[in-house]
Amino acid sequence: MNVAVAKTGNGRAVSDLFASAEGRLPGSPSVIAARREAFETYERLGLPHRRIEEWKYTDLRALVGEVLPLAAPPDAAALKRAADAVKAHAIAGARKLVLVDGVFAADLSDVKALASEVDFKTLRETLEKDSGLLNTAATDAVIALNAAMATDGVVLDIADGAQLSAPIQIIHIATAASASTFTRSQVAVGKGARATIIESFVAAGAKAYQVNDAVILSVGDNTDLAHIRLMDDSPDAVNITSQFVTVGANTKLNFFNMTTGAAVSRLQGFITLAGEGSELSVNGVNLLQKTEHGDTTLVVDHAVPNCFSREVFRAVIDDRAHSVFQGRIIVRPDAQKTDGKMMIRALLLSDEAEADNKPELEIFADDVSCGHGATAGALDDNLLFYLKARGLPEKQAQALLIQAFVGEAIEQIADDNLREHVIGIAERWLERRQ
Amino acid sequence: MALLEVKDLKVRVEEREILHGLTLTVNEGEIHAIMGPNGSGKSTLSHVIAGKPGYEVTDGEILFKGEDLLAMAPNERAAKGVFLAFQYPVEIPGVSTMNFLRTALNAQRKARGESEYSTPDFLKKVREVSKSLNIPQDMLKRGVNVGFSGGEKKRNEVLQMALFEPSLCILDEMDSGLDIDALRIAADGVNALHSPKRAMVVITHYQRLLNYIVPDVVHVMSNGRVVKSGGKELALELEASGYAQFEDAA
Ligand SMILES: Nc1ncnc2c1ncn2[C@@H]1O[C@H](COP(=O)(O)OP(=O)(O)OP(=O)(O)O)[C@@H](O)[C@H]1O
Ligand SMILES: [Mg+2]
Repeated sequence: MNVAVAKTGNGRAVSDLFASAEGRLPGSPSVIAARREAFETYERLGLPHRRIEEWKYTDLRALVGEVLPLAAPPDAAALKRAADAVKAHAIAGARKLVLVDGVFAADLSDVKALASEVDFKTLRETLEKDSGLLNTAATDAVIALNAAMATDGVVLDIADGAQLSAPIQIIHIATAASASTFTRSQVAVGKGARATIIESFVAAGAKAYQVNDAVILSVGDNTDLAHIRLMDDSPDAVNITSQFVTVGANTKLNFFNMTTGAAVSRLQGFITLAGEGSELSVNGVNLLQKTEHGDTTLVVDHAVPNCFSREVFRAVIDDRAHSVFQGRIIVRPDAQKTDGKMMIRALLLSDEAEADNKPELEIFADDVSCGHGATAGALDDNLLFYLKARGLPEKQAQALLIQAFVGEAIEQIADDNLREHVIGIAERWLERRQ
Repeated sequence: MALLEVKDLKVRVEEREILHGLTLTVNEGEIHAIMGPNGSGKSTLSHVIAGKPGYEVTDGEILFKGEDLLAMAPNERAAKGVFLAFQYPVEIPGVSTMNFLRTALNAQRKARGESEYSTPDFLKKVREVSKSLNIPQDMLKRGVNVGFSGGEKKRNEVLQMALFEPSLCILDEMDSGLDIDALRIAADGVNALHSPKRAMVVITHYQRLLNYIVPDVVHVMSNGRVVKSGGKELALELEASGYAQFEDAA
């Protein structure tokens, strides 16, 4: 790979990232113009660094340094490797939508098996008509870069009243080393619908690659939606994902994220509660080891009265890994009777492990019940000794306590099968430690 | 044959010597009682035998079945057959008692090179043992000791002892916090485990327990040493006259 092509911090070289990709980026001429504008924003801002408040603990200039060139579309060999990865990571019964190196792979997907109430398009198709899907807040460089470079994604429209019995699983597979993928998906959930969306990020052979994903989720009134994200990218990869969620009235939302992969990752979620009477549960577990850096940054914006939000996050940090959690709860002046709470706990398994927890409340209404708590600490020696005195070797005793620790977040997953699946992921991570 | 030999053991905790040269030999098949005033070092001795960190052995040795116990990790000691029923069992939220019991039992078996229990065999065994100790099944679904009453925690210790079948059982104030019926049930559980190959060390303040679990030898501990040993009548003597007579000796 030619580093000069992708080097940041130097205007001309950065432009090469876009110039070399431009011919391959889908979209009508107006879309390409919008992309160019987004790229200029990115170029002006550059990769986020520690002097930008939101990125204080995740300095991409230091951690990542450069944005790798756009991945080539997958060839037959890549698709074959991806097919094996799909088999390994598919959730039983789910309808799969597969993106390989940032390109939708129809042959690996179950488009025909989608329920009739689900309208499916690729981002590529959508962008032939208009650039609407690229319009996201352009103040964040990685989001602007995503808008400029997004090659593909899934665009789902779930009809009003649809009751989807099978989950939809979007699987992102990386087969190309030393390259970047940019994906952008939109899911619109109609009024009164019920659905489960799973997103998986996995590698099929590829090691050092970069993922920049964006998800736009709009949730109608009276819906019941579960969203589970399982990020298990290669230990050398970078994954930056931005979620934009707008929630209608009287909905039930259950979000969960599991991070077990990537050298550097950040999941940034921007959730706006825009309809009254909704119940939001956002939870996650980050399992970090070696020198991994895992960041969860979440803004829950109570824009209207009478909503309820709960956040339960657990990070397990081994070796020299670094966990970041930034959670902000905003309560707008009108949003009376808001009930918003967030509880973050980090478990440090080594002296060199690091946790930065930054919970924030911004409350502009007076009749609310909000709170947060953040702790960081080691395993309790007394509990460890009890287990060892009963015959458990050190690592196994730790594993049992770690399972209990992450269990507090995992138990928030409403669906029994998915909860068991996530418990299995945690167990396998712990087995690898032993 | 000697199962446990504690020889001239000196132990410090945070720079302070707690055991000042303690000697104790327990043979297979024997039941020993250790009595002694608060703070005399009974729990300290039991913790050092089990391998709790934070205790510095400055002198002496502990042999278990002739092997150097102090060189073993706590889990190795457990697998070799050392079991301590704690005076204050900890609560472990989020770890179901059932999962804990199975993991512990299989870890011990694995360490001994024995095959692990299958789930049905394990369940059958737990059911038998918990029934004999009057422990309801739904208690086993809860986190280890979480929300258990003091007496239930103690019974859970005896349950583990029955399940793991250790060769040396040390019971640190098993009787504290137990009502009379629970005491009888727990004591019956302990007696049921008594065998010619297994030894028991019962730490208690009350001679009452020794009516149920009848000791072969009673030791009096004072100020970090065994200051007197005798038959079960020694316990009755202590009940009548207290520990004052030993304070000087110590
Ligand atoms: N971790 C510790 N740090 C400091 N001192 C300790 C520690 N553990 C025990 N000790 C001291 O060691 C002495 C012996 O304590 P131990 O718990 O062994 O007594 P005991 O005989 O079991 O008493 P009891 O009958 O009250 O249970 C006490 O003076 C106690 O304060
Ligand atoms: Mg004691």
